[in-house]
Amino acid sequence: MKIHLPNSAFLGNIDPFLDSIDIDDNSSLEITFNEKWVSVHPIVLCMISALWLSTKNKSNLKIQTLETKSKNYFERIGLFKILGYDSGINIVEHDPSGRFIPITIIKNSDELNNFIKDMIPLLHQEPEQVNPIKYVISELVRNVFEHSKSNSGAIISAQYYKKSNTIRIGVVDNGIGIKEAISKSYNIESDIDAIKMALTPGITGTTTNIGGTEFNAGAGLFFIKSIAKVNRDFFVMYSGDAMYKLLRTPVKKKKIILYSDPFNDRCSKKEKLPYWQGTAVGIDICLDKHQIFDQLLDLIKKTYRKNIKEKKKKRFKKPRFI
Amino acid sequence: MKEIELFPKTGNFAENKDVARELRINEIIPALKNHQVVILDFNKVDSATQSFLHALISDIIRKEGYEIIDRLNFKNCNDTIKKLITIVTDYMQEEEPTV
Repeated sequence: MKIHLPNSAFLGNIDPFLDSIDIDDNSSLEITFNEKWVSVHPIVLCMISALWLSTKNKSNLKIQTLETKSKNYFERIGLFKILGYDSGINIVEHDPSGRFIPITIIKNSDELNNFIKDMIPLLHQEPEQVNPIKYVISELVRNVFEHSKSNSGAIISAQYYKKSNTIRIGVVDNGIGIKEAISKSYNIESDIDAIKMALTPGITGTTTNIGGTEFNAGAGLFFIKSIAKVNRDFFVMYSGDAMYKLLRTPVKKKKIILYSDPFNDRCSKKEKLPYWQGTAVGIDICLDKHQIFDQLLDLIKKTYRKNIKEKKKKRFKKPRFI
Repeated sequence: MKEIELFPKTGNFAENKDVARELRINEIIPALKNHQVVILDFNKVDSATQSFLHALISDIIRKEGYEIIDRLNFKNCNDTIKKLITIVTDYMQEEEPTV
């Protein structure tokens, strides 16, 4: 497998990076970097970590010698530690408070509980700003536990960007992927259709019953996409050969409408990308324009209700007039 | 009447669905079966996920019917938790009845 870290790969411009990944041969991993400067979204770092975990021969790691200033960042965010790579960098570890959450592998509920507890002080934010962040992390990581069948758990990282006052979060797994998870209950043709279903409220891979099971309502991802939508931020989901990207809602568009069909949102979709075995999710949460979570819940309630009514109506038997 | 304090089990962020399931199976359902009113006390719980609340109460509503909501009381909930609980009880009442 080969991966090249470009100068910049954030959710808005992640497409060329995804196109460039060479995932075919998992007997080795080769990582190269833009020589001048590398600045990437945490989803990218989590994806590299996931590729490394799925690399068969761990002695086949090739990392281009780094001359850029970014190497200190990679060291501190824990990329080299995950890769088991001695970068030779000797840096004084600063307190990461308020800046980033290093790449972490979470394998079970207890680890998730501890991670959330430890993470909160690092963010140095007010409770009303921390709540959606905790919410997003809990739901995404639990999705990995419950649906991905990943042996290596959830790989997570987050970074705070002071200039844009934004938290960027990546959660990645190398499990069965969305299509296989959803296919347990629905006939799905393509990865992009599977992503669409996964983001639709009330649909879960565990049942075809509207409203879900005792454990899954099929609402978690819809909530997360809605948090991004209401805050006019990016949300990306990549699984199999497909990627869905919720684009930023322009500020000039005053009224935010949540759609139960994610394709009705302002979004971009891509297929025939290099096949990602598992699921990678990235989300940005700008803390400036943070919408009150309560208001978001009002919108979600309305949309969820409407969607269930529409779905039930579709199943109504129609009288045959002959 | 049975009052169940959530905070000692969930902490201030109620997100662990395994804890929700344990509470449901070991405490809520037995009390309801015993014809008791159950009070779920969210004192000191600042936030919760919809998934947690779904795991806590949805199956009770599905199996016992909507009327059971009258015997489930929610105490000391902040506005966010109230809204999340309402979302869950609403969609469970709009769900198709299982045969």
